[in-house]
Amino acid sequence: MSTFLMPSLGADMEDGTLVEQLVNPGDAVTRGDIIAAVETQKGVIEIEVFEDGFLDKWLVPLGTKVPVGMPIAMIRASQDPDEPAVPQPADPAPAPPPPEAPQPEDPVAPPTMPEEPPAAPEQPAEPPQELSQPIRQRVSPAARRRAAQTGFDLASLGTGRIISLADVPDATDKPDTEPLSAMRQAISAAMTRAKREIPHYYLSDTIDLTLAEAFIGNYNADKPPDARLALSVLYIRAVALAARKYPDFNGHFENDQFSPADAVHLGMAINLRGGGLVAPALHDADKGDLATLMTRLRDLVTRVRQGRFRARELSDPTITLTSLGDRGVAGITGVIFPPQVAIVGIGTPGLRPAVVDDKVQPRRLAQITLAADHRVSDGHQGAKFLRTIIKHMQTPEQL
Amino acid sequence: MTDDPLRDLLIRHLGRIAPDISLDDVDTGADLREEYDIDSMDFMTLITALGKELSLPMPEADYDQMRSFDDLLAYLHRQSSTQAKPT
Repeated sequence: MSTFLMPSLGADMEDGTLVEQLVNPGDAVTRGDIIAAVETQKGVIEIEVFEDGFLDKWLVPLGTKVPVGMPIAMIRASQDPDEPAVPQPADPAPAPPPPEAPQPEDPVAPPTMPEEPPAAPEQPAEPPQELSQPIRQRVSPAARRRAAQTGFDLASLGTGRIISLADVPDATDKPDTEPLSAMRQAISAAMTRAKREIPHYYLSDTIDLTLAEAFIGNYNADKPPDARLALSVLYIRAVALAARKYPDFNGHFENDQFSPADAVHLGMAINLRGGGLVAPALHDADKGDLATLMTRLRDLVTRVRQGRFRARELSDPTITLTSLGDRGVAGITGVIFPPQVAIVGIGTPGLRPAVVDDKVQPRRLAQITLAADHRVSDGHQGAKFLRTIIKHMQTPEQL
Repeated sequence: MTDDPLRDLLIRHLGRIAPDISLDDVDTGADLREEYDIDSMDFMTLITALGKELSLPMPEADYDQMRSFDDLLAYLHRQSSTQAKPT
């Protein structure tokens, strides 16, 4: 028997609300099955189970906000059907943090650090405390809402009585300020941490996309629409191959040390209608043929735009790519998404003059920029990494 | 609804991709992707859906004829009338 824990879906996640239980108690589950959906600041995320067995029971009802690392279900292994449904000391799953101190699983973000920027008022007053404190603080919904808006710490009022609206002070200093949306808070938390902790350095160059575009045009000419490639799939593959060759740009920096990843899970920055941005992983972006990679990219973009993606897709990226597409501007210099150590930005391609074979010719050019972590690499390696991406884009048929 | 089923079809598929943009706010003669704020992936999704529903090949070489809402609608009319059309 083991417990199934609320996963950490990124350094900036503190809790999630269980919104769907997709498996009934007694049902068989197989590693990789999606068994629940959790609502986070970034949208609804599907949660996979990591072992084979049977779902014994759900430990929290639908609608419960659960801190990262807290058990949400019991999974019975196939071979121990008669065990009682309690967490065992020899639990094979990662040990949940003690309930008194719910912590994000990400060790770089200990709760003592001011992970949230000052403008993110909701976290301190939210119900993780409710689940974890031995005595539940009773707070009226109006009081809770005001505390969330003003950033007032409800815990300071103790648990002895029911907290009503009158107990929570008005925001007198900033009466007209709207609290940030959950999405903006998540972006703000991650990017503030990046700017505070990561000594970025930046390099840029120009990619000639003339051959790549011709390759895509030829490839797509006789294909039905759903089998066509987009230029971005070539970017993804070129960055993934370069990341595999230069491991200092592919991995996670945590606990004062860098761990290169043994696979390339490329985070693809995807903008959302109505604002916001997520960068979920295309797993093993260096492997498989381009058609398969394209199918996976389409699937990912479609699900992300519907606000539905999987837990691993948020926590797994080892490097990020952000491309402005063909209606953007010339260049983008990215901010690294912690705990990653590099982000590659590609601007909007345009027809510009370039010297080829000693002649000025119109070529399809785009700016490419690398932002990388100086704790791990230097400009010399960065330049080699960037040049490798550019070189791969000159031989699209080999991608 | 109008008496032009292709127009209704186009509006329906655009509505799926860009539910926040109403046809009333769109300049139907201007660049479709600017007007609906859709990127190349969205555009591929739109072309795929239209091609499937109308059994049209929608080749990439014809994308220039699909620049605005009006262009795309005219293109769909032209192609559907020349193509024997199983639905």
